[in-house]
Amino acid sequence: MALRSLATRKTLTLALKSTRLAQSRALQTFSLPDLPYDYGALEPSISGEIMQLHHQKHHQTYITNYNKALEQLHDAIQKGDSSTVVKLQSAIKFNGGGHINHSIFWKNLAPISVRGGEPPHGSLGWAIDTNFGSLESLIQKMNAEGAALQGSGWVWLGLDKELKKLVVETTTNQDPLVTNGPNLVPLLGIDVWEHAYYLQYKNVRPDYLKNVWKVINWKYASEVYEKESA
Amino acid sequence: MSRETLAYHWGKHHRTYVENLNKQVVGTDLEGLSLEDIIIVTYNKGDILPAFNNAAQAWNHDFFWESMKPGGGGKPSGDLLDLIERDFGSFERFIEEFKAAAATQFGSGWAWLAYKANRLDVENAVNPWPSEKDKELVIVKSPNAVNPLVWDYFPLLTIDVWEHAYYLDFQNRRPDYISVFMEKLVSWETVNTRLEKAKARAAEREMEEERRRKEEEEGKPTNEEEDDDDLEMYVDNDNDDSEAE
Repeated sequence: MALRSLATRKTLTLALKSTRLAQSRALQTFSLPDLPYDYGALEPSISGEIMQLHHQKHHQTYITNYNKALEQLHDAIQKGDSSTVVKLQSAIKFNGGGHINHSIFWKNLAPISVRGGEPPHGSLGWAIDTNFGSLESLIQKMNAEGAALQGSGWVWLGLDKELKKLVVETTTNQDPLVTNGPNLVPLLGIDVWEHAYYLQYKNVRPDYLKNVWKVINWKYASEVYEKESA
Repeated sequence: MSRETLAYHWGKHHRTYVENLNKQVVGTDLEGLSLEDIIIVTYNKGDILPAFNNAAQAWNHDFFWESMKPGGGGKPSGDLLDLIERDFGSFERFIEEFKAAAATQFGSGWAWLAYKANRLDVENAVNPWPSEKDKELVIVKSPNAVNPLVWDYFPLLTIDVWEHAYYLDFQNRRPDYISVFMEKLVSWETVNTRLEKAKARAAEREMEEERRRKEEEEGKPTNEEEDDDDLEMYVDNDNDDSEAE
């Protein structure tokens, strides 16, 4: 009896060990999050055609390439191949950043029917007035910085957790907001890559910026703000 | 490349760069400079000044339109083909590399074929022992408005990979746009003409270098004269000081 239980315990321990090893070796892969609304639900601010391409093609491509880069990174780390580890950093920043930013973006938008565009109340509303004077001022500032951004990037409303204030920032390409400062938390990001608006607004980025506010989901931004400033 | 794309790309984007540049330049030190000079000055060794984006994009788009022609594509010939085969192994390899550069320029930017001649990659340094091997074709990519003029290369061919260049026709499918550009649009005649100019400029610069080197060797006395002037000035200053006291 004793022998059998010993044998069982050994096998059990071995089984546990190999599971744990397998878990540590298993790489999490990322997949495209579903949109909480239909592609056409943000019209006329953002066309259904754009939403579908943006979600199914652009975001998906970032995820696919991010997963690929992570797998290559994983291999390189295991082999101790430092030069490949370092070489992969830009692919990870581009594609991982693309995944992070777009995941936030879909939550930053909401159809008018579910209160998209409705101004923020509560603590975020107060904070905006304190930091920028008014919501209109904030919008003006974000539109100006978004329009002036050369090339591709994002314009953000962020919370600086250390300084305890709201900030407007821009990042280039797919750099997440945190690349501007480790204490920055994104509340709201607006994609100003041309793919985000070109089919509808062509070269007139300012028109896109003016109209996107009609579908901004302030509820989500408020939730993040309340959680992070607690 | 659709009519619609050209109407927006040339008629709106390019036009806006030119109009905004004109507004930025008027009444400043940049007024009266050539476009290429404005680009170099406002690039400011990487610490770019406000007019750079508009200036470089104005130049880039001119260069891009001229790089294409209806019924383009095909293969180059003569010197150009020889150089391509020398520096890339084969025409096919060149196409592969050029396409890869264009496809992997992340965000907005351009891919280029350029002629690089007799310069070290050190700012303002001149290659002391130039050889034929230094004169080579290179493929480079650049972000946003940057172009090879700022590295003192001679651009020969470019493709615009900002999304506005292909989104109406190809949406996210940049590789398809690049393929069509190579197969149906590139004007190899223009590239050839540019290569001849590039070689001529390289030859001119070599002659300049030779001339300057000969002058130094012959040891002209201009340097000594300058030293005497400095001495005189120093003496004058002393007198002034004693008078002041």
